[in-house]
Amino acid sequence: MTAWKAEIQVTYKKSVLDPQGVAVEKALSALGYENVDKVRIGKYMELVLHAESEEKARMQVEEMCQRLLTNPVIEDYEYRLQAVSLERGTG
Amino acid sequence: MKFGVIVFPGSNCDLDAYFMVKDVLNKPVEYIWHQEKTLRGSDCVILPGGFTYGDYLRPGAIASFSPIMEAVHAFAARGGLVLGICNGFQVLLESGLLPGALYRNIHLQFRCEWTHLRVENPHLPFTAHIPPGQVLTVPVAHGDGNYFCDPETLETLKNNNQIVFRYVTPEGNLDSRANPNGSLEAIAGICNAGGNVLGMMPHPERAGESLLGSRDGQHIFQSILEYWGEGS
Repeated sequence: MTAWKAEIQVTYKKSVLDPQGVAVEKALSALGYENVDKVRIGKYMELVLHAESEEKARMQVEEMCQRLLTNPVIEDYEYRLQAVSLERGTG
Repeated sequence: MKFGVIVFPGSNCDLDAYFMVKDVLNKPVEYIWHQEKTLRGSDCVILPGGFTYGDYLRPGAIASFSPIMEAVHAFAARGGLVLGICNGFQVLLESGLLPGALYRNIHLQFRCEWTHLRVENPHLPFTAHIPPGQVLTVPVAHGDGNYFCDPETLETLKNNNQIVFRYVTPEGNLDSRANPNGSLEAIAGICNAGGNVLGMMPHPERAGESLLGSRDGQHIFQSILEYWGEGS
């Protein structure tokens, strides 16, 4: 079994207005950063899972994202997966 | 007719719902802990408001996997009456019993105030006894009540008369200022295709007595009793 670290980013779908993104964009504009737009606020999650292969690890991450970690009605997700060593000092 | 109030970790309107049924309606009611597997013979199940699991991840997301939810799914599939209020509505959406999602209020504010509801479908077990044309005064208290669904789902909701309540002015008119959270089409409550599962953000259980400022929430509960043949 290999340990895989998944780093998952969740954002609202493009079709969903992001109220926090709008508020932060206005604040940036008030600070003088008027060249900024399309601010989106999202979530970052990371986890380590144990699986025989990268393919199996990916399948499980996808399944967990769709069942619990995101709400597919309003959210999109992307993730990175990499094999990690679980010796001390890592994780 | 017997009611059941499901108690999740973090529910906080369970006592209000219990009080409404027991002390206002004088009907039998039991609390049902979320780890139980049966609904204890309830004829109507209430998922109360609150902040289940601290709203971690998304409101209602973790509670939707509670053991009791299997029984709620089976009960709803048999046509059992299910009423989700506020966080209970969020749990019903997250569990797939109702379509769409509720997310952060458009202005980012937590709103605790009176709202006015127009009954868009008066033919349901939950609405059939509301006096025709009456605008209901019912309070909201939430930060994540902004209803969203994709255009296809909205079309289905409209075609099946699944939009049950809309936020309106006291006179009953649509007005963006009467919409407390930015909900799509001013949606305050929807039902499933069968009409036996209702989710709503406003709190009818907090509007049961004049002392509280409104008794309009009683109309919803009286409708349920009428439907069951136990109206007063």
